Amino acid sequence: MSLNTQLVRSLRAPARPVWEEPPNRAGLTAKSVFLVLCCLGVLGPLWIVIVTSLSPKPVIDRTGGLVVIPEGITFVNYTELLGGGQVSRAIMVSVGVTLFGTLFSMTVSVLAAYGLSRPGSLGHRVFLLTMMATMFFGAGLIPTYLLVQSLGLTDSYLSLVLPSAVSVFNILVLRAFFMGISPELTEAARIDGAGDVRILLTIVMPLSRAVLAVISLFYAVGYWSAWFNASIYLSDQDMMPLQNVLIQLVQKNTAAPTGLQQAVRTGQLSSLGLQMAVMVLALIPVAVASPFVQRHFKKGMLTGAIKG
Amino acid sequence: MSITAGSRPDGTRSAAVTGKKSVPRQASKRSKAGRASKAGKVPFRVRLRRDRTLILMTLPVILLLLLFNYVPLLGNVVAFQEYDPYVSSNGVTAVFHSPWVGVEQFTRMFDDPLFWSAAKNTLMLFVLQLVLFFPVPIALALVINSVVRPRVRAVAQAVMYLPHFFSWVLVVTVFQQIFGGAGIIAQTLEKHGWSGFDLMTNADLFKYLVTAQAVWKDAGWGIIVFLAALAAVSTDLYEAAAMDGAGRWRRMWHVTLPALRPVIALLLVLRVGDALSVGFEQFLLQRDAVGVGVSEVLDTYVWNMGIQNGDFSYAAAVGLAKGLIGVCLVLGANKFAHLLGEQGVYKK
Repeated sequence: MSLNTQLVRSLRAPARPVWEEPPNRAGLTAKSVFLVLCCLGVLGPLWIVIVTSLSPKPVIDRTGGLVVIPEGITFVNYTELLGGGQVSRAIMVSVGVTLFGTLFSMTVSVLAAYGLSRPGSLGHRVFLLTMMATMFFGAGLIPTYLLVQSLGLTDSYLSLVLPSAVSVFNILVLRAFFMGISPELTEAARIDGAGDVRILLTIVMPLSRAVLAVISLFYAVGYWSAWFNASIYLSDQDMMPLQNVLIQLVQKNTAAPTGLQQAVRTGQLSSLGLQMAVMVLALIPVAVASPFVQRHFKKGMLTGAIKG
Repeated sequence: MSITAGSRPDGTRSAAVTGKKSVPRQASKRSKAGRASKAGKVPFRVRLRRDRTLILMTLPVILLLLLFNYVPLLGNVVAFQEYDPYVSSNGVTAVFHSPWVGVEQFTRMFDDPLFWSAAKNTLMLFVLQLVLFFPVPIALALVINSVVRPRVRAVAQAVMYLPHFFSWVLVVTVFQQIFGGAGIIAQTLEKHGWSGFDLMTNADLFKYLVTAQAVWKDAGWGIIVFLAALAAVSTDLYEAAAMDGAGRWRRMWHVTLPALRPVIALLLVLRVGDALSVGFEQFLLQRDAVGVGVSEVLDTYVWNMGIQNGDFSYAAAVGLAKGLIGVCLVLGANKFAHLLGEQGVYKK
């Protein structure tokens, strides 16, 4: 009973140590105002973008552009964009590259992290040094570009995956996590006759779900956000991922994606509304995915920081 | 690397049970003599047999790194050539047919005013970011850490982490919608008779604009490391300080900040080592709007000379010089951290 009340109290007002001064009103207010301003600074611009993308054309025209206070909602921008054409294709490309790239990166990274998780194994030091050394030098843009070109990867989606498939930092975080798994567990499996592949699949990976989720998110966000490699390795405009289409639309101010220009010219659609809708489409996946794995961030980063 | 993680129970036991030939691996952190004698006793072939699965698992990553990190490293020899991709059918074999010119590309670099302008911009932006960006996550972490309610903490953290996951394209576009010529501020000002507001094309304020973008995107994410360090501080220290009559601010000064010192030193070393790579994508996206004069940094200069103009050898020379200075900066900053009694990236 007393335990229960204690629990309830700790949920309502968390324990403040007895030696700490009670908070004064001015400090508390300043802190709250500061935090609210920080959150507004992040969410405010996103709010404007989302509201504008959902506003009907008359509202956008009347406000002179961006809409802050929503007046009426329409999904016409989204249905037009997703009904085929440049942006739908770009989304397919981005989703495909992100899925395939993340799967590929995770596979090789988890294998390498497990392969390096046992100090004293043959080649352990050499492999680890080979990996860590790449964190101190960059190969350079020009030689990498020439290499990718002569490997014949240009104008292929492989050029968006292979050159940036491995993040040594991510592997080190995974490795630190794997090394922290109690050796008794893996040893018991080994005695039962399980090989390394089996131990990895049935013991190590299920125990590392948190860190696997975080690292997958890191890789996926990397692939989803990438645009530079596409801009130098791909020449066909129809192959471009979503970020590159967004650059074309907003930076070069082409007003509307190909196929929808007619509708914009005749005044059926607002070019700004379309642009904002493309932005929302580009930020939805990360905005939805990151809070899910947020609770694992600290754990994942912590092991990396301490043991890396 | 902990000792227990590497050591395994006596391997002979598992060998007896499974009937397999098993050789115990030695934890690498044991005494050096012990490792040497053990490694000497186990023949190479036996170790290869024992560890072949682990080696096979590691190989894909090693091969990828060799191909995409080490081979291009060798490719930097084009900086000492007058490289012509068309002398051969293949870009790599063209390296063997291009004429050698020694350090000509580097002397050209030293006489190139555009290179010096890019170098100047890079350094200025680095210093600006160090002064205006670096302290922000520390301050934010201190505020978040002083929030006692877990709900408030979690929500504030979630919101602040969010922009880190946006691409630079999105960040630049968001800023354009706020500060640009057609942005929300210009729009509001125009209604009150002020026209012509456009921060995105203002060359004088560009350096502050890009710093603000960097803060918006990554300052929230930066607090994660500091929060982890703060969570590790023993509350006994705070209590003892409070008993001795130290107030809130003095506890922060004498307990919290010293606890953050190693993390701050580590991040500073990393930051300095990365000094010449200030926001490549960020500048590439905005150079058309604001002009090359203020937005050209070393990375974009390499891109422009090499990939846009096809002057591969010269661009590679600039990139190589940048890379070498970068390595020197990491080593130098680490040395400095050691002198101050901090650990830096690697130990002495």
